[in-house]
Amino acid sequence: MKKFKFISYFTFAIAGIVTTALVSCEREFSEDITLATFPTIPEVFTDNPVNLTDEFFISFDPADGANVYGFDTDNDAYKGTQAIKIDVPAPNDPNGSFIGGIFLDRGEGRNLSEYTALTFWAKGSTTATVGLFGFGTDFIEDKYTVSLEDTSLSTAWKKYIIPIPDPSKLVQEKGMFIFSAGTQSTGNLGYSIWLDEIRFEKLNTFAQARTSIMSGLDVNRRVYNGEIIIDETQQTVNLGDGTELVTNIAPAYLDFHSSDPTVVQIDAQGKIIVVAAGTATITASFNGVEAAGSLIVESNGEFISAPTPTQDAADVISIFSDTYENVNIDFYNGYWKPYQTTTSADFDVKGDNVLVYENFNFVGQQFSDPTVDASAMTHLHMDVFIPDTLPSNAKLILTIKDFGANGADGGGDDKTQKVTILSSQLKGDAWASIDIPLSLSQRSKVGQFIFENGGSAVTNLYMDNVYFYKQ
Amino acid sequence: MKFKNRIHSNRFQRFSYLGASVILSVFFTSCEPDETQVVTNFTTITMQDEFDVAGAPNSDIWGFDIGRGTDGWGNKELQYYTDRSDNVVVEDGMLKITAVSESYQGAAYTSARLKTQGKFEQKYGRFEARIKLPWGQGIWPAFWMLGSNFDTVSWPQCGEIDIMEFKGQEPTIITGSLHGPGYSAATPVTKSYELINDRFDTGFHVFGIEWGEDYINYYVDDVLYNQITPEDADGEWVFDQPFFIILNLAIGGNYVGAPTTNTVFPQEMLVDYVRVYSAE
Repeated sequence: MKKFKFISYFTFAIAGIVTTALVSCEREFSEDITLATFPTIPEVFTDNPVNLTDEFFISFDPADGANVYGFDTDNDAYKGTQAIKIDVPAPNDPNGSFIGGIFLDRGEGRNLSEYTALTFWAKGSTTATVGLFGFGTDFIEDKYTVSLEDTSLSTAWKKYIIPIPDPSKLVQEKGMFIFSAGTQSTGNLGYSIWLDEIRFEKLNTFAQARTSIMSGLDVNRRVYNGEIIIDETQQTVNLGDGTELVTNIAPAYLDFHSSDPTVVQIDAQGKIIVVAAGTATITASFNGVEAAGSLIVESNGEFISAPTPTQDAADVISIFSDTYENVNIDFYNGYWKPYQTTTSADFDVKGDNVLVYENFNFVGQQFSDPTVDASAMTHLHMDVFIPDTLPSNAKLILTIKDFGANGADGGGDDKTQKVTILSSQLKGDAWASIDIPLSLSQRSKVGQFIFENGGSAVTNLYMDNVYFYKQ
Repeated sequence: MKFKNRIHSNRFQRFSYLGASVILSVFFTSCEPDETQVVTNFTTITMQDEFDVAGAPNSDIWGFDIGRGTDGWGNKELQYYTDRSDNVVVEDGMLKITAVSESYQGAAYTSARLKTQGKFEQKYGRFEARIKLPWGQGIWPAFWMLGSNFDTVSWPQCGEIDIMEFKGQEPTIITGSLHGPGYSAATPVTKSYELINDRFDTGFHVFGIEWGEDYINYYVDDVLYNQITPEDADGEWVFDQPFFIILNLAIGGNYVGAPTTNTVFPQEMLVDYVRVYSAE
């Protein structure tokens, strides 16, 4: 799931009418009173934001391309006098290529446990598909998130329903609403979205919830000791008009179970922790009903991290490591068709990110934007781990490619250095550190590495700490 | 439950719900019955099954239709009806009719259809059942009646009173219909009733008719939502003879269409009780 950062506010201009009107008829709480629960106000936006501050909208991070200039109100309302109007930017908009963010309750949060759904009315200036609508994201905990992907808007007002999977969990929720929209569905043409009457409601028209993890499949995964986060958790409900609605729901709505607590434990907070080598099946239940799908983990036990690099950062250009800042990367797996079989199953163990290549025959890593000037560098370093016993014919062929004057792959000006790493330099079930002297005469625009197994039986490998350095 | 004056109170609710025309509301704005109105109270119980005895349904009341009928019971239905406990059983104080997705005798689904033909038949009265309905595309449960001369005069001359029909893909709507000669199959006298902010597969609801000479009133819970009289029927009124009751759970067919991969099986139709009353 994509993580969004909390960065920019959008100050919303609300008229003072609502607040002033309410002051007179509101009673003061006596000093003796203790509030049993948090406010249960259902409305989020009617003609104005309800019980939210001026700064209720928090955009996604502009550094990630979010456009903070397209959020406003409009008199074209479904009901009343005002609706929210969102101008979805085209991808080439210099202010950002998509728009989205959350409506945050900046107070203590609300008790939504008496409601069953978030509802809102929406329309588009064209029949666009909006990437995400939902609630539960507060950019702090993001604990009870629910999101609806790819909602088709009509040019006429229509009501949308997002069920709350388990309202009893939302006793102090701050994430009132979330949306994210780009122009993927409109051929890169900008458009507008109107939103109105955003509120939580007690609807009894949907039912028959069915929950799944891992897309309802039984999925095998090789893991090491540490926490596993299963975020492929979904719920399908049958709406009142008979349609089936699928939402992504946070794993916190589910209870997880392990078939073997000596291998995988579920802690008191519901976290899934791999504690030893072995195999265990993780299943889940929602309100006591078994969810479809499972994750079968084959744990290798404690993960042995690659040696921590010791080169001075000033002498390093890093392609992949947690020690140094990496250059801008196009990809660590180009999935080159049609002959590549290599898939990626990268993992991180306690913050240590590792590249994992499975069904390996060859794979490309690319960093062309910009290319790397390795003129001052003398060596290329990498740590390679080959799981299981090292095949006797183990071999790894590396091609370092400089893109030449045009800075692009091909064009007749590329230069390569080809290095064969033999079995004597590799290890089974352990990290091997490999340092390759750079002999490539032209290396001011290095843009690509290609790894091949040279027909050997090396079909799985881990890789870490790939960087140029100066000795 | 209060049975006295049911017609009047229900009629009032019916019109307040539907927002009927001004002319009608002149008659019914008051809760009191109009003095010229023919009123029949059905308060004498003549048959009741509370489904309190676990096992097979009471054979003194219920028989079965078995198999696929002709052309899927005339509707291209997809199920094979059995009387196996997999498809029909009394337990937990309820009659459970279960539709199963399984290959059986050339059909892709099995289910059950119970009837009181030759065991309990009655002319006029109040017929009601409390039912929790199944759900999903292609699921078609019904609580209905056929004229007891069905085997001699054939359908639709025998008459058919559909107290409740339901399409699993429309979980908030039921339909009550009347079929007879000249108004059958695709052209019955019919009306739908939609629940407000609720649905039929999440709880029990009472479905019933009050049937007297020259009228049939349809209700759901405490809401009377339709009255059909001979004036509404485009043909001979054939509802002055005994009828028998049918409870069934069909899969697919012309009325609902086939199930899809989204349709969840098994599906259960739960009947808490069936009660029939006659006039005093």
